Order: sequence, then structure tokens, then C-alpha cells
Amino acid sequence: MRDVAVVAFTQAKSVRAERDLNETEILIPVIHDIKRGAGLETKDIDFVCSGSSDYLAGQSFAFVSGLDAIGAWPPVSESHVEMDGAWALYEAWVKIQTGHADTALVYGFGKPSMGDLSRTLALQLDPYCVVPLWPDAVSVAALQARLCLEGGVLSEREMAEVAVRDRGKGKSNPYAQVTGDFDVDALLAEPTFVSPLRRHDCSPISDGASAMIIAAGDRARDLAERPAWIRGLEHIVEPQDLGIRDLTTSRSTQIAADRAAVGKDKIDVAEVCGPFTHQSILVERALGLGESVDVNPSGGALSAHPLMAAGLTRIGEASKRIWDGSADRAVAHATSGPCLQQNLVCVLEGA
Amino acid sequence: MSESEERKPVEVLRTPVVLDYTYSAGQSSSRHLRAFGKGKLLGQRCPVDGRVYFPSRGSCPQHGVPIEGEPVELPDRGTIVTYSVNRVPSENIDLELPYAAIQVLLDGADTILFHVLGESSIDDVHMGMRVEAVWKPEEEWDDSVANIRYFRPTGEPDTPFDQYKEHI
Repeated sequence: MRDVAVVAFTQAKSVRAERDLNETEILIPVIHDIKRGAGLETKDIDFVCSGSSDYLAGQSFAFVSGLDAIGAWPPVSESHVEMDGAWALYEAWVKIQTGHADTALVYGFGKPSMGDLSRTLALQLDPYCVVPLWPDAVSVAALQARLCLEGGVLSEREMAEVAVRDRGKGKSNPYAQVTGDFDVDALLAEPTFVSPLRRHDCSPISDGASAMIIAAGDRARDLAERPAWIRGLEHIVEPQDLGIRDLTTSRSTQIAADRAAVGKDKIDVAEVCGPFTHQSILVERALGLGESVDVNPSGGALSAHPLMAAGLTRIGEASKRIWDGSADRAVAHATSGPCLQQNLVCVLEGA
Repeated sequence: MSESEERKPVEVLRTPVVLDYTYSAGQSSSRHLRAFGKGKLLGQRCPVDGRVYFPSRGSCPQHGVPIEGEPVELPDRGTIVTYSVNRVPSENIDLELPYAAIQVLLDGADTILFHVLGESSIDDVHMGMRVEAVWKPEEEWDDSVANIRYFRPTGEPDTPFDQYKEHI
């Protein structure tokens, strides 16, 4: 295996609704800043891979306009995944492993405010037997939360504690959207939104984008003083039918974490992508995080959830902790699909 | 239900999918489109090599850098750099068939505008032909490229190929 490291990361500030800029215009300064920060031009980047969704944009091949942000003339080697940018990172990492590239630019972007996100996400479900009923995304997550609560897997208090923790830490993240000091008891006194979920259990809807540069070996050492080496990277998927899966645990995260060897050594920092508080708890358990781990120093997905970029952002935020020396070993997680259907785990190390 | 009916696959399942979107053209395209509404053609200059993009979408797709700074106002005349003859009717174009679909390089621009050619026989249209915009009456203007009804020949001498060959 080739040594590959995250050497640069940039993100746009997440906002509830960006009315002035289109998707590409959200991306343009992010791509410009990361290239300028790394001292790279498009010609210095061997491979480009992005993650976005035409369903969010409401038009086919919407990602192609994103290429204007990177400058694709003369033509560049490029690929796209209809998934979070974390999966674009996976593809870029594989590309570097094959020896066909030494550097890659990865980005994810989305502007879910253009549509009704909760309805759009229903289209991820079985088109024959489930979609005709249009279960919205929050209701589907609420079914999972109910299973966890009734099954004694977790409590509403634990869920509220996640919201208080993440949004408190998010205060120091200038790119976050919903942050502040909250009180668990006060949150629990709030009415439910989609029972048993309360507002604080749900991540915000965010327009945003993020970008990352990864590089192999000496190229990474040239580009970063202390590269965040990718020591484990795996993604695992569960079936589409919610009734087949055990929704009170995250088996795919467990398997990915095992294969990425999360438990091989002490973890200092974890960045978890939990779109709902109960999902964050399930992922944290599946990753086997100990008490001493600093979870979501960025505020996590509950502070800002730019769909299609939020997972890549977790890996970027974890990398920042490696670069600044506050962590020697970090784990980052990304998720996709209803009720944590697909999960990606990335282990980063400073040496 | 007979056995053969049970084995028959379900071939039609009605699931109406309706998703509403609220679009924004974005900052750059909005400025470009609003200029059309005032009868103006606005391009923008790449900060790296000075090429003038018409329209500009906020970044130079060649250098991948943001395009900022004052827009460049362009004249409504230019040169046909390529064309094709259209024999299929379109409800948005009120020209008689057949007509020429043209790509016009506006004077001072470095990218090409797609439009149609009027007041000309398709036997006369050719690369290098000089053309000018024919606008709709002002009271019909919208924030749209369709404010220009079509381009028509100016009768000026052709632009030599060497002067536009980089822009085809």
C-alpha cells in the first residue's frame, strides 16, 4: 500500500439557505482557497473527484457545472460520485493506490435549500413498496429512534446530551450553523417534533461545500509539515429494506471500523457524522470509542450538515487536529442513506 | 385469479413524483441576465489572461479562478464562427424554416453566443459573416437572451478566418 495523507482542507460556511449564489458559486471560493493555500495549480493535481447529488440540484448532470470551479481546460482526469464527498475521497485514494496519481483534489457540495430535503431523501427508499407512501426522512429516522428507545438501547437524555455537547463545541467553529450553550433538561422539556425526535435531535439543513487535497508519500511531505496519514479507510453498506437490518446498532460501521483497525491503538479525536442524535450515539458505540476521546470538536453534523459535503468535512476536521498536533491518531466517519445505511470510516495518524 | 395472471409481471406502477425546487441563477448569471433586460451585453474578464467570457459564470473554466471586477460591456455585433441549418420547428423561435442556428463571436468577446440568423437566405450564411442583433420591441423585454430576436447580416466584409480561428 502507498502512504497517502490529507494535506489540505477548506470549507464554506454552512448556511440554512444561500439565496444569492448557485451551487457552483458556493464552490468557487472553496476550490480557489484550497489550491492557493496548498500552492498548487490545476495542472499540479493528477486527479479530481467530487461528490454531489442531482436530486438536490433538481437537474441532471448538475455536477458538471462544478468543473468550472476547478478549471478543466486543458482537460483534466476527473470522476464524480452521487454520494457524500467522503466516498469521492475513497475513489481518489484508490486511484493513488493504483499508481495513476500522486495528488488528488476531492470536493463535495450541495444546496438542499433549493428543494424539500425531507421529501427528496424519500427517493432513496424502495421505489415499488415504500416510495409510493412518501415517508419523509425525519419520520424514517424517528422510527429508528423509537426502536432504540423502546429497546432500552439509549435514552432521550443521552440523545439531548449529544446535542448539548456538539452544539457547545460548535461555538468555536466559524463554519458551523447551529451552535450555542444548551441545557439538557430544558431541551427535554421541549415538545417533540416528529415523535420521539425533538428539534435538537435533528441536524440542520445546510447549504455548503468542502474540499480536500490528498497526496502520496514525499509529495505529501512537501505539501504539509505534519501530513494526516490515512492508515485505515473502509466503507460498508447494508441492504435497502429497513426491515432486514438491525436499526438499533450500526453493523456496517462496526465492520468498517474493524477493517480500518480503529481499535489497534488509542484514538485522540473522533469526528462522527450523525444526522440525528441517536444515530451519533449508535456510530460512536460502533466505533468503540473510549471515554477519553474528544468527540466532534468541530461540532459535528448537528452543528452543520451540508449534505454531500458533511462526511468529507468530518475527515477534514479530524485532519486539522493531526496537523496542529492536538491529536496523534483520529477517526472520522461519514454516512449515507436512511438510518445509517452506508458508513465510511477513516483512520488518520500523524506519523 | 388464474395461474397465468399470477405469473404476469406488474408492468405499471403509478408513483407520481413531484419535487418543487426554488432556483437562483446565481450572482454572475443574474447580472448577465438583468443586463439583457436593459438591452446591454455584459461579459467578464479572466484575471489571469484577460479573456472576456460572455456569459461569465463566476469563474474562469480554464484557470479555475474566480472572476471578479467590473463587467465588460460588449457591442451587439460580431462574426459568425460556425452555423447549421435547422429544419425542425421550435415554439420559441418565430423564424420561417429553414433557418440557420449560428454561433456568434461578439466583437471583444472570447467565448461564443448561440443564436439564430434572420433576414438572410440559408444559401448566404457562411463562416466569417458579420452580423448584428435585432432586438424585440423594448416593451417585450425580459431578463433573457431572447430579447434579441435574431442576428442579421451587416453587409460588412467578412472577418478573416485567422482572426477567429482560436474561438471556434
